Amino acid sequence: MTVHTVAPHRAARAARRRGLALGLLAWLAGLAFFLPVAWMVLTSLHSESDAATNPPSLGAGLTLDAYREFFDSAAGTGPWPALINSFTASTFSTLFVLLLALPAAYALSIRRVRKWTDVLFFFLSTKMLPAVAGLLPIYLIAKNSGMLDNIWLLVILYTSMNLPIAVWMMQSFLADIPVSIIEAAQIDGARLPSILARVVAPVAGPGLAATALICFIFSWNEMLFARVLTGVTAQTAPVFLTSFITSQGLFLAKVCAASVVISLPVLAAGFAAQDKLVQGLSLGAVK
Amino acid sequence: MAYRGNRRSRHTAQAVAAAGAAAALLAACSGAGGTASSGGGETVNVLMVNNPQMIELQKLTADHFTKETGIKVNFTVLPENDVRDKISQDFSNQAGQYDVATISNFEIPFFAKNRWLHPLDSYVAKDKAFDQGDILAPMRESLTAEDGKLYGQPFYGESSFLMYRKDVFAEKGLKMSDSPTWQQVADLAAKADGAKPGMKGICLRGQPGWGEVIAPLTTVVNTFGGTWFTKDWQARLTAPEFKKATKFYVDLVRRHGEAGAAQSGYAECLNNLAQGKVAMWYDATAAAGSLESAKSPVKDRIGYVQAPVDKTPSSGWLYTWAWGVQKASKHPDNAWKFISWASSKKYEALVGEKIGWENVPAGKRASTYGNADYRKAAAAFHEVTKRSITGADPRNPGVQPRPTIGIQFVDIPEFSDLGTKVSQEISAAIAGRQSVDQALNKSQALAEKVAKEYRGR
Repeated sequence: MTVHTVAPHRAARAARRRGLALGLLAWLAGLAFFLPVAWMVLTSLHSESDAATNPPSLGAGLTLDAYREFFDSAAGTGPWPALINSFTASTFSTLFVLLLALPAAYALSIRRVRKWTDVLFFFLSTKMLPAVAGLLPIYLIAKNSGMLDNIWLLVILYTSMNLPIAVWMMQSFLADIPVSIIEAAQIDGARLPSILARVVAPVAGPGLAATALICFIFSWNEMLFARVLTGVTAQTAPVFLTSFITSQGLFLAKVCAASVVISLPVLAAGFAAQDKLVQGLSLGAVK
Repeated sequence: MAYRGNRRSRHTAQAVAAAGAAAALLAACSGAGGTASSGGGETVNVLMVNNPQMIELQKLTADHFTKETGIKVNFTVLPENDVRDKISQDFSNQAGQYDVATISNFEIPFFAKNRWLHPLDSYVAKDKAFDQGDILAPMRESLTAEDGKLYGQPFYGESSFLMYRKDVFAEKGLKMSDSPTWQQVADLAAKADGAKPGMKGICLRGQPGWGEVIAPLTTVVNTFGGTWFTKDWQARLTAPEFKKATKFYVDLVRRHGEAGAAQSGYAECLNNLAQGKVAMWYDATAAAGSLESAKSPVKDRIGYVQAPVDKTPSSGWLYTWAWGVQKASKHPDNAWKFISWASSKKYEALVGEKIGWENVPAGKRASTYGNADYRKAAAAFHEVTKRSITGADPRNPGVQPRPTIGIQFVDIPEFSDLGTKVSQEISAAIAGRQSVDQALNKSQALAEKVAKEYRGR
């Protein structure tokens, strides 16, 4: 009798201990991910000389000087043109990507074209060339067509860079939509546009949101092309961020403040779409 | 699957229409963007390195230059390595995005040779107020190309000198000569090491980069009688003089140099001296402005003497951030107006009045050193700075003839790559990962490859 009661107790205790250990591990992993961000925020609130000390002075007084300098950075230009450029490039490219990826994914998952797997891999193969390998030809084309330092060039580039990823993501989301829903809509006389808008889009909403956010983040953070192809008018936020780095003086606090401000839009978008994201990213995980 | 193929043609038509609309939208947008970026009217696009003097210029431009001339200046500011990349890219392609850029005396001669720059002689001749005769001779010479034409105007210039803590030296009873030898400096470093808790004897750059550790090291090599290349392009990195100088430098910084020397560059050393972590520092004369500024914790406590020597009478380097005008510039006249303002005596006075005389972009004009306000603010260092700059001989910096102009560099485009690779070897020796002999043997092989190219020309 005692044997029967003790064993489940022990098992439950062991399970609880295991759960506790796993929980602790998860917390540690979470902290490890969060620590660099927290460090960045803390450094951004220090004065330049406190930010540069080694070993770091954690308890140093807090100040908003770095943010003040960031916002009225010399000559009254400030970060706004760069932020607006980044916003333009990211928003429009995300919009175009979604407009193009949704029908493409539809043709690869719901109403499959012939050899759809080949098509899918063709999309992916365009990502296999390292981006830097395309840099020189793109620079020369941009220069000769007068598109250098033009934000719409970045919109086109980001659209084409993110399209394959978006098609892949959307394809897997749309593949999960039961065909019977679409057939039901068809029987009710719905045509393709209204099927897309009124049946597919709501069901694939979380997936769409996840895709949009990923495309937005990728374009917002893109640095390689932006650095080479922009100059006076089309400079984006990441390029502007690097302009605070100097070899003659202290800059850590300013760069951290700039990084915090520049990360905010992406963070805000992430928080806003959080519940959709979790749904979206786990969509297709369980069949 | 039953519906595949239904109304296929209509779908295709819809897709084509959508694509067409998107393309039209993009084209329309790009048109709009294009007009905005090319701009109109009176503008000049300037690409600058992010150094404090440039940031001050940026702050003063709108209220003064633009107000006086009506010319709007669009600045792009980037860190040093990025700005070099961007300038090379824009100028070598003659893309014309930038009218003016900050180009150093390292690049100006070969940029000019490649016909990427606009000669400035005609502007200088017409612009009497600019007073070209006032520009210090070594500066003028280092910005003149082989064809004898002038391709740059200095914004500020610098040489190198030795800085030391007067108070610490007095406390320890140490005496610094006005023109010390490197051996004396090594002895002083040993004595000053540990003068205060956590204080090392000297700060010397150890960070990889042709503009970092290579600059001070090459001046040591020059004065020890060594050279990178002989006049007829033979690499000499394993010659006894080069080896002796490098061993001396690496030993000094390993024994009495700053903590983390292999990662320390100009900024780290500036911080070390300002924070009382080193007693001496051999580096750019431009550092004095920061050390003597009102915010500096070591203001009035630093002594400045000439760059230490061995076999040569002087050994300071010569460096200037100068304005160069791109050949493809669409606004060369506006570009000159901007340069003429930024490098003028008037601008120096403006900085003196608005920001402080110790922050004046000095080191280019003789008149700066005659200005009473500047002399007062820079009392501690103006004389030795001027002496260092005027004493520098960019064509003849060592004991043997050189194949190119340049003191702390060899003036060929390949040097930035070669210098950086060699600097990584030297830095590894400073970190103790290899011996100086190993570092120099590898470096010699790299240098010989470059030398071979030039022997064939």
